[in-house]
Amino acid sequence: MEKVLMKGNEAIAEAAILAGCRHYFGYPITPQTEVAAYMAKRMPKIGGVFLQAESEIAAINMVYGVAATGKRAMTSSSSPGIALKCEGISYLAGADLPALIVNVQRGGPGLGGIQPSQSDYFLCTRGPGHGDFHVLVLAPSSVQEMADLTLKGFELAEKYRMPAMLLADGTMGQMMEPVVLPEKLEAAPEAPEWATTGTQGKRKHNIANSLYLSPAELEQLNLERFRRYAEIEENECMWEEFMMDDAEYCVVSCGITARVSRNAILEARAKGIKVGMIRPITLWPFPKKPLLAAADLVKSFLVVELSMGQMREDVELATRCKKPVYGCTRVGGMIPSPEEVLEKLYEITK
Amino acid sequence: MRENQIVIAGFGGQGLLFSGKVLAYGGLLENRQLSWLPSYGPEMRGGTANCSVILSDREVGSPIVHHPNILMVMNTPSLDKYESQVAPGGKIFIDSALISRKVERDDVEVYYIPATQMAHDIGAPSLANMILLGALVKQTGCISEETLDEALLKVVPPRKADLIDLNRKALALGKDYKA
Repeated sequence: MEKVLMKGNEAIAEAAILAGCRHYFGYPITPQTEVAAYMAKRMPKIGGVFLQAESEIAAINMVYGVAATGKRAMTSSSSPGIALKCEGISYLAGADLPALIVNVQRGGPGLGGIQPSQSDYFLCTRGPGHGDFHVLVLAPSSVQEMADLTLKGFELAEKYRMPAMLLADGTMGQMMEPVVLPEKLEAAPEAPEWATTGTQGKRKHNIANSLYLSPAELEQLNLERFRRYAEIEENECMWEEFMMDDAEYCVVSCGITARVSRNAILEARAKGIKVGMIRPITLWPFPKKPLLAAADLVKSFLVVELSMGQMREDVELATRCKKPVYGCTRVGGMIPSPEEVLEKLYEITK
Repeated sequence: MRENQIVIAGFGGQGLLFSGKVLAYGGLLENRQLSWLPSYGPEMRGGTANCSVILSDREVGSPIVHHPNILMVMNTPSLDKYESQVAPGGKIFIDSALISRKVERDDVEVYYIPATQMAHDIGAPSLANMILLGALVKQTGCISEETLDEALLKVVPPRKADLIDLNRKALALGKDYKA
């Protein structure tokens, strides 16, 4: 396929359409509104549904309804809107239904600001909603990954019957880069056996439900879900290593800050500091194994992120605190410059 | 290694993001690595707006430009903000019809072009950005002049195809401008 120039938000929307998604429900909020705008333009032309709901809560529950029929459904929002969707996401998880939720994060808490942030890390990686559950969390670091991980999100969500979240930041949504879009899905996937598509008198009813009043039954469902989660943690971790071969220091970063860190690492290398980076692509499951392995090789870690140290906790857990884990953080919509990261590197390598 | 770190800034509505988009498409056509990042939010509705474009021979790391080697500005607040950030030896393109002050630094090359006045004179007041862009491409070679024309055809939407010739005229004015 040919390279095209697109905004990250548009790449998500087009990739979803190419992946066979014909049901989009949303509510506008900066910095992700281009996803909805793109869907509004395209969906009616291809027989799909674009619906601007009356609220974020309505939109996620519409996704819940379509997901129950086994069709690819999605919604997108930004941080405050995602907080509203949490109830619906929990219901999707409780009913074991796949769906894609896009979160193009902005600064918080509260209404916060509209500039980029990664401060929904805890909210999203710990199961965004009430109850014991996870969603798959994918963190793109380029417009190409905005497209690729949209497709991956649908596939993983269906494979494991659970919601997937594309967790981007405002920069990823707004920037344009060349992107090769995924191949168009030729035929829609067949409705899975659990889909509520009408029995036509030929089979037992399928029911999408998250209410179980028998504690013993509910416990079993939770246990079954966590067996699936263990399988996911074993098989589906994604990460990228950059200059790690001889690294004595390891930067850990995702999204826009991984891009900034890349510049800083090249500068540091030019000055003889052996630093590399592990960039988690799945934030849940978190790539613990490569980090634990790195803990035996490097002197310390530096987590560069747009939160007050949320991912840093995961790095400490993954590495079992074998080596010091330092942080380089900006928040509220601010983004560190490569110089700031470099300075922090000098500080920890002294 | 060739790398152009470009900032284009001014008021919302001056076509700054569009100019950046033309450069980004140019980069795509020349098979270079690139990124285009706009400022977004309320400033797009009348405040100062800007976009950063990186055209590079290597993979683009951060899309945020901190030290542009090319700056194009169309209002005084933007010059005030970015003048000190320009890398030594960088080039600054100024709409001197809108910015009355001069650049204070002497380690950069400055092009003063009364673009908004020139655009008025050809009856296309909204194309001052393209006049500056023509000069920028000519003086920096960040993309070739042929590519610039090709990129223009890509970026102008079909419903505005009747404006392509006027855009070309504006670009040519910028290319040929002598202070």
